[in-house]
Amino acid sequence: MDSLILTIVTFLPLLGVLIILYIPRVYLETIKTTALITSLVTFLVSLYLYFNFDLLLSGMQFEIVKDWIPALGINYHLGIDGISLFLVLLTTFLATLAIFSSWTSITEKVKGYMISLLILETGMIGVFVSLDLFLFYVFWEGMLIPMYFLIGIWGGPRKIYATIKFVLFTMFGSVLMLVAILVLYFLNHTHTGVYTFDLLQIYKLPVPLGAQFWLFLAFALAFAIKVPMFPFHTWLPDAHVEAPTAGSVLLAGVLLKMGTYGFLRFCLPLFPNAFFDFVPLFSILAIIGIIYGALVATRQKDVKSLVAYSSVSHLGFVMLGLFALNIQSIEGGILQMINHGISTGALFLIVGMIYERRHTRLIQDFGGLSKKMPIYAAFFMIVTLSSIGLPGTNGFVGEFLILLGTFKSNVTYAALGAVGIILAAVYMLWMYQRVMFGKLEKPENMKLKDLNLREKVILIPIVLLIFWIGIFPKPFFDRMEKSVQSLLEMAGAKYEVSIKKDLDKDLCLKNNPFKIDFCEIKLGGEMEGKVIIYTIPDCPFCKAAKENLETRKTEYKEIDISENPEAEQEILKLAGGKRVVPVIVEGEKVTVGFNGV
Amino acid sequence: MDWILPDINFYLLSPEIVILAFALLILILDPLLSRKTKVLSAHLGWIGIVLAFVFVVKLWNVNQTSFNEMFILDNFACFFKFIFFISSLLVIFASINYLKQENVFHGEYFCLILFATLGMMLMVSSLNLIVIFLGMEIMSLSLYVLAGFRRYDLKSNESSIKYFLIGAFASGFLLYGIALVYGSTSSTNLAQILLNISHSGFKSSYMVWMGMGLIIVGFGFKIASVPFHMWAPDVYQGAPTPITAFISAGPKAAGFAALLRVLLFAFAKYQLDWSVILWVLAALSMTIGNVIALSQNNIKRLLAYSSIAHAGYVLVALVGGGEQGQSSAMFYLLVYIFMNIGAFTIATAMGEKNTDLDNYSGLVTRNPALGVIMAVFLLSLAGFPPFAGFLAKFYVFSAAVKSGYMGLTIIAVLNSFVAVYYYLRVVVIMFMRPSQVELKPVSLPFFVSLTLFLTLLGTLWLGIFPQAFLALAKSSFLIVF
Repeated sequence: MDSLILTIVTFLPLLGVLIILYIPRVYLETIKTTALITSLVTFLVSLYLYFNFDLLLSGMQFEIVKDWIPALGINYHLGIDGISLFLVLLTTFLATLAIFSSWTSITEKVKGYMISLLILETGMIGVFVSLDLFLFYVFWEGMLIPMYFLIGIWGGPRKIYATIKFVLFTMFGSVLMLVAILVLYFLNHTHTGVYTFDLLQIYKLPVPLGAQFWLFLAFALAFAIKVPMFPFHTWLPDAHVEAPTAGSVLLAGVLLKMGTYGFLRFCLPLFPNAFFDFVPLFSILAIIGIIYGALVATRQKDVKSLVAYSSVSHLGFVMLGLFALNIQSIEGGILQMINHGISTGALFLIVGMIYERRHTRLIQDFGGLSKKMPIYAAFFMIVTLSSIGLPGTNGFVGEFLILLGTFKSNVTYAALGAVGIILAAVYMLWMYQRVMFGKLEKPENMKLKDLNLREKVILIPIVLLIFWIGIFPKPFFDRMEKSVQSLLEMAGAKYEVSIKKDLDKDLCLKNNPFKIDFCEIKLGGEMEGKVIIYTIPDCPFCKAAKENLETRKTEYKEIDISENPEAEQEILKLAGGKRVVPVIVEGEKVTVGFNGV
Repeated sequence: MDWILPDINFYLLSPEIVILAFALLILILDPLLSRKTKVLSAHLGWIGIVLAFVFVVKLWNVNQTSFNEMFILDNFACFFKFIFFISSLLVIFASINYLKQENVFHGEYFCLILFATLGMMLMVSSLNLIVIFLGMEIMSLSLYVLAGFRRYDLKSNESSIKYFLIGAFASGFLLYGIALVYGSTSSTNLAQILLNISHSGFKSSYMVWMGMGLIIVGFGFKIASVPFHMWAPDVYQGAPTPITAFISAGPKAAGFAALLRVLLFAFAKYQLDWSVILWVLAALSMTIGNVIALSQNNIKRLLAYSSIAHAGYVLVALVGGGEQGQSSAMFYLLVYIFMNIGAFTIATAMGEKNTDLDNYSGLVTRNPALGVIMAVFLLSLAGFPPFAGFLAKFYVFSAAVKSGYMGLTIIAVLNSFVAVYYYLRVVVIMFMRPSQVELKPVSLPFFVSLTLFLTLLGTLWLGIFPQAFLALAKSSFLIVF
């Protein structure tokens, strides 16, 4: 069961598609019910992952590895860790709500609509669970097709422009990523002699520093467009505004997360050096995104495009957290991905509900709605506050952790980022005030009906989640912690700092992003040919360094310095007076870790 | 007195003989058939192809030469024969209703398709430049006639004449190239040419070099690569739609196969030179093909430019070279015939009067299945996973990256990005625009449905479970001595 569960979760929606294909298209209710049941069952099955997730394991769980195209070294490899677990759950959760929310708003071509949504769900889950670069790319690209149809057929007035823009932007980034994937594949072959796209194998590959720069850029471009980071965000408002409600929910809730997830799953562990080199650039872009997105959102007349720009701002927070590179900020970033999915998804649902009644989304067309729709107003308020990050709601936990972590690595970034929270309060509350309070003047608004049962059923689980994460986020962090830690350790073990012999060793310490990185110092010829590693017991970084040597098929001699005082002196000499492990001596090259003894 | 037994093995020729026999049979029977039974010639056509297919399967892994190395039967040739059979079979199926509808149902149509197939088969399984040339002429002459098969239609006539004139021109180039090569190496046998080139130092190299260049030009016309592509859009537009599908599939594959064999066998020593030429041709074909396709408003012209661009992708694989380059080119061509013939079959079903893209508006409401299937072919041509077109492109790019042609790979992926726009444009028209023209629902006769089913199956199967076919392509790359 454990090895099959991910396959089931991923492809259950496709099973639903097969069933729907055989339902004549006049039976609207049957089609809708089938789609809803399919997505609900998928969600329930995916809960199995949550309850059976082993908190103590840092690696992949529920793994399945099967040959798919052995001629090219392509595996069918699925698995999740604490990072992807919640994204999978978020996907199945939001997909169910999205289908339920389209119950009355979609009246044309219902069959095609439901089929597209279910295929999209499979694609989205696939992106998060695949651990084979080729498989990942198949889902990553394949998912564009249903989204393209969702926006293009059931979208608003400028749907064709929006959908083509969406596809072309995403495609541009991903074709270059495809080349980078191929380069990694052949680098891995040169290094190990094995042709494989398996991510876990390629993780072990030390990518040459020169190649890291370009490969990182190719991957990062694809992900940055998807996130979207400033200045690649221009497709997002168009796509969001034109997409039908369910499309917007999934676009904001899940699709954007693929970009941030990609940074975490691919860029960081594969190219740690390049990742660190780009920290200033990406942090600054993230901050620009936070402030710019918020400022533009303030000036929007359309509620939906306000929410779209707020996404740019919120995703900037997530990126800031990921690029602060410590456990708190990354955990905060992952939680914030979930939070944004829930809050912004809910905002789009709420906007969709009013649009269905009034067929307008302009702020000026509303005002005083809280008098006619008190329940609606209450839900809207809760979601708005969660989006702003009020303590007690989910948004607060995520943003707080991100800022806390960022503060540790760079005070300026944290200070600038915090401005975004204030601005979020400005645009969200102002919008809420104009829509909900004031005088009920417009005659069209007088007749508005409050939420019906279906709509309440959609919003209640969201509100529950908002408070659950806001008040008791421990189950989430418990599941994330090991994975994030091991991710950072893996990146740290691969990180290399090269300095010249005559440079100060302190300089090496300064260039020390993970607090566990290595320094390379050229030494005289007497040590040539031998590989010695100095370690202490129970040191995860020493273990990572040893694993790294093993993947390179290097034979080494291990010296435990806790039992060997002479070796300790040797280390002091090698590492320039610092008592640190691991220290690796490979011929002329000395690699020094910075886990103080 | 010594008697030298002639090196003749008719068994190796059995697929060719079957095709020839059926072609002649159709020719003989056709005048005897009445109007109602005329469809028999079509059935004879596909039966012949299926029979020949069986013979080729039997000859798999035989790897022999015969007729003094005029004829070679290796897995490379067999693989391409499979490609030709599949394309001819699909085209015959797609044609049956079309010909009735256009009122040009004549037996010689199928006879000519078989002759063209025969020519292609000879092209790929010969070690002799003369036989390769003869094969190409058999193929081309049949195609010239087929292109003008809608006699009453001016466009079709134009297509035929244009194809003929430019084709004759291409043959001239090829022959001149062969003559130059023969002049300097005194042989038309590919193996012998290689041997003589390596023996004779610098003296003859310029002439061989020029000969090689002209041969590439000659084949360049056949595969419609830029700058030898000028004929393609007009010919594609004017020819009967199934024949357009045929021209863009089989003969193109044959051109690539012959080019590959000639370059790798005879001119292996000049690999550095010809890979530079092919590099340029590939970059030009992809870029110009894709960019011009952006502004096409006729489905046949659009697919013509797309087919020029696809020739560019295959050339990328050839530039990549090596075992992977070859097998990726072969796999690409195999995938290409499915998705391309599929797309053309839908154009066929739409009829000759509805080739403007405007006529496709709202297709999905008129016939949902047709619209969805067309979208699959177009998305596959654009290279979206999980369709076969993606895997084929992926394999080609990986061959190029493997050989270190990063620049060309980046040009190629950017091109496939550009291509997305015009393929999606058609999808937009079919799915997202209301029907602009009042049109009846498009009907799908049995044979058209069959063709669509087969092409769709190929497009999906090769994309999702390609292992067997990749292994087949890998086991049939050219063994260069």
